[in-house]
Amino acid sequence: MEGNLHLIGAGLVVIGVGIGIGRIGGSALDAIARQPEATAKIQTVMLIAAALIEGIGFAALFAVS
Amino acid sequence: MVFSKKSFLYSIVALIAFLPSVVLANPTEPVSENKEAVAKENQDPKAEIKEQIEEVKNHHVLDAHSFTFFGDAATGKEYGFPLPIILWDGGLHVFSSSKFEEGKAAEDGGNYYVLHHEKIYKTGADGILTEHEGHPSNATPLDFSITKGVFTMLLIALLMFLLFRSLGKSYAKNGGVAAGVGRFFEPIVLFVRDEIAIPNIGERHYKKYMSHLLTVFFFIWFLNVVGMTPFGINVTGNISVTFGLAIITFIITTFTAKKDYWMHIFWMPGVPVPMKFILAPIELIGAIIKPFSLMIRLYANMFAGHLVLMSLIGMMFVFKSWIGSPLTFGLSFIISLIEILVTLLQAYIFTMLTALYFGAAVEEHHHGDEHH
Repeated sequence: MEGNLHLIGAGLVVIGVGIGIGRIGGSALDAIARQPEATAKIQTVMLIAAALIEGIGFAALFAVS
Repeated sequence: MVFSKKSFLYSIVALIAFLPSVVLANPTEPVSENKEAVAKENQDPKAEIKEQIEEVKNHHVLDAHSFTFFGDAATGKEYGFPLPIILWDGGLHVFSSSKFEEGKAAEDGGNYYVLHHEKIYKTGADGILTEHEGHPSNATPLDFSITKGVFTMLLIALLMFLLFRSLGKSYAKNGGVAAGVGRFFEPIVLFVRDEIAIPNIGERHYKKYMSHLLTVFFFIWFLNVVGMTPFGINVTGNISVTFGLAIITFIITTFTAKKDYWMHIFWMPGVPVPMKFILAPIELIGAIIKPFSLMIRLYANMFAGHLVLMSLIGMMFVFKSWIGSPLTFGLSFIISLIEILVTLLQAYIFTMLTALYFGAAVEEHHHGDEHH
């Protein structure tokens, strides 16, 4: 089998990032459904949190590869 | 403008839908020695395409000492222009990168230099690199050359200067209303002030940081956008560039911080004394890691994004089938759209986190922290 253990680590990192950003998206949708007039603020916060998590994910991917 | 909006849209969609037919074009022959190429082709025709894809990826994602727009692989000629090489090797050497021809060492003032994988090594007159564990072990002079990235940064700086100067001057000439091409950026400048600077830094102190925040926001945004063009100028995907930006943030935070900021790091109020000793090193490391994470976030997003995009485009040529290539084209198109969003998003995130760190540095003392 080609590849090495690094690839499994990279896959785990992406799973973590996916779960994290997915949960943020879900909470953001719930919040928007409750209060549609606060959509802009919620969107901003959601994007910020997603970018932070993605930053860690990328850093880990680089460390792994 | 156009005859009708709907047929304009339809023609654009039709144009994009027929673009994958370009994949049926024949690939150009590789430039390297023919015997090697023929032998490899007999073994594995895919390896040849993969080599070319590697070359294209490196061209688009890495920095280079001369500006190459595209190359004609059949004749080996490259279209572009050379950039000045500036070396410090005991003395100052300045020459054009067109002196680095294939297989010969560039000679300047009695010293010979060779360019290998975009690094400059000092060699003897024969131009031979001595290998050591796979890497050349010759001496390297200090390299201050104007590379592709430096050239682009200077160009973007000039562009920004002209744009925003004309915006600033138009207010006086036009009675308080912006005019000219800078008009487009006025709402964005106000956005940076009202949504990024004031909420994070506060009304009292935001003005002295505004110039840095605006510069960083537009600089990163313009550099990212330029990286999306097909010229292969990936500046923010270079860790030295993001390191420079993050270091400036760190320096500004450190030198404009108030006493409360240092108190919160070294001697946090409202916490029992043994905990203070434990928290101090952690907070100190945190103060260094915050700009470090800024650097890594921007670098990784831009570098990985471009690498993935180039790999997908390369995959189009590996498939060479009726169904695989158009689907891969669709995927790379969608990822390009996401990348365009990421350019603005990363600039916004960098600026917002920088403003957050500035705000933490000049935060007013909140009474009630240690008065229990």
